[in-house]
Amino acid sequence: MNPVLKLLLEGGSLTTAQMAQVVGLSEAEVQQHLEQLKKDKIFLGWRPVLDLSREEAAGAAVRAVIEVKLTPERGGGFNRLAERLAKFDEVESCYLMSGGYDLLVFVNAPTLQKAAAFVSEKLSTLGGVLSTSTHFLLRSYKEGGFLVDGGEGSSDRLNVSP
Amino acid sequence: MSTTSNRWVASHVASLPRSGIRDFFELVAKMKGQDVISLGVGEPDFVTPWHVRKAAITALEEGKTYYTSNLGMIELRRAVSTYVTAHFGVDYRPDDQVIITVGVSEALDLCFRAFCNPGDKVMYHQPCYVSYHPSISLVHGEGIAVPTYAKDNFALTAEALRAAWVPGCKILMLNLPCNPTGGTCDRVQLEAIAQFCREKDLLVLSDEIYSELTFDGTHTSIASLPGMAERTIFLHGFSKAFAMTGWRIGYACGPAPLIDAMMKVHQYSMMCASIIAQEAALEALNNGWENVCQMRDQYHKRRDLVVRRFNEIGLTCHSPRGSFYAFPSTQGIGMTEKDFAVGLLKEEKVAVVPGTAFGTNGTGHVRACFATGYEQLIVACDRIARFVEGAKR
Repeated sequence: MNPVLKLLLEGGSLTTAQMAQVVGLSEAEVQQHLEQLKKDKIFLGWRPVLDLSREEAAGAAVRAVIEVKLTPERGGGFNRLAERLAKFDEVESCYLMSGGYDLLVFVNAPTLQKAAAFVSEKLSTLGGVLSTSTHFLLRSYKEGGFLVDGGEGSSDRLNVSP
Repeated sequence: MSTTSNRWVASHVASLPRSGIRDFFELVAKMKGQDVISLGVGEPDFVTPWHVRKAAITALEEGKTYYTSNLGMIELRRAVSTYVTAHFGVDYRPDDQVIITVGVSEALDLCFRAFCNPGDKVMYHQPCYVSYHPSISLVHGEGIAVPTYAKDNFALTAEALRAAWVPGCKILMLNLPCNPTGGTCDRVQLEAIAQFCREKDLLVLSDEIYSELTFDGTHTSIASLPGMAERTIFLHGFSKAFAMTGWRIGYACGPAPLIDAMMKVHQYSMMCASIIAQEAALEALNNGWENVCQMRDQYHKRRDLVVRRFNEIGLTCHSPRGSFYAFPSTQGIGMTEKDFAVGLLKEEKVAVVPGTAFGTNGTGHVRACFATGYEQLIVACDRIARFVEGAKR
């Protein structure tokens, strides 16, 4: 396996210089691996993991999960509709689901009004959308693998032990 | 008052030297709040996996707050027996050949107290874990240090054993992979040691606490070699592989009469290991193997990183085959281990432990623990490089 991909899968937050040291390659080689992963559309991009409930990070203060039921299109199935829907800037992630509905859509919006407008004006008016069910996120306990309030402290650990 | 109170301290305790680690610990403690990166620890940087912690919480919620059998919970002993068979290829009966202890440290102490008569000689390889020699002294035994060398990757050789042997040797203490050197023995080397033990009729105490953290090749337990299980106490625990140092839980396996002798000492001193830690250990054995593999992969990458950097910097460092310790030499840069460790701490705020804390054979080396995240390790290596550059000028 690509050593850089292996490192990315571990979910650390290393710079390319640090990655180079860990996998024992030059920084240029790490860059090359990253470029290749981008070309292969395995590595899509970087995103910071923020605690969006903090005022400083309140750019996207409202987050919602929307269950969407669709009528599959002749020829395109769910895919064409899902891809169309995913293009909206408000949509952070979009998944085809098994079970009681077809798509699960994660939406970010700066205000409640804007989130509501997205659902009523953009999403539900899209051809093929049968119904939507919107759930607003109230509080986050874990984001992208990080515990929101840190929690797992090790500051009491001894500095020198046998 | 303190000087007169000394007269009550037993003479063999009064004459016991303080651990060299302790002196260094106090030096580092004085620098609190100064952005010290510590490579001086002897434990994983990982927190115990959550499902293991949850098992302890559940045990408390269910009111499991009582003593267990002296030998430990039978469910845990069964799990230990299954685990040891699967990973080490030795069979022990849960009923009378396994005892659960308060860490390997207690198991080791039980061994010395149960098997060592005053004056008996105990061989151990050195550099080694700090407690071996003092524990032998506390039972009025005589420790015989057998040197291991950087040229052998700190593996113990049968030749060194033969050279150090004297009449009256009764026990051989092994710790492979070894704290502080990361050295270990392959099957061929172990067979030669086993042959020596059979020839000299030695009892082997084999502390294999770092065995899961073997990076190159596979770990072989001396207990699994022909004719060795009957003369070996296999010592193991959860601290390192399962990141459970603070739980203080370990175990010993061996011939029933020997485990029974250890149990006698254990029942009058410790009674039993904490039931909460035993419940957590049971969960670790039943469902924790994936965690062990993940952590081992991390240590493996970190080892490759620090060993490469140390050698680039000019600190000659063999690649430790197991454990999470590198044991580089400071001789190539013309410094003693003490000057290096103290200078590095004061000038660049990186803590490593002078090799002499682990016996005189650690002279000219320092122990650097790589159970620390990549970012910290890289900064620590950069600081060490700067220190070595400065020292050269």
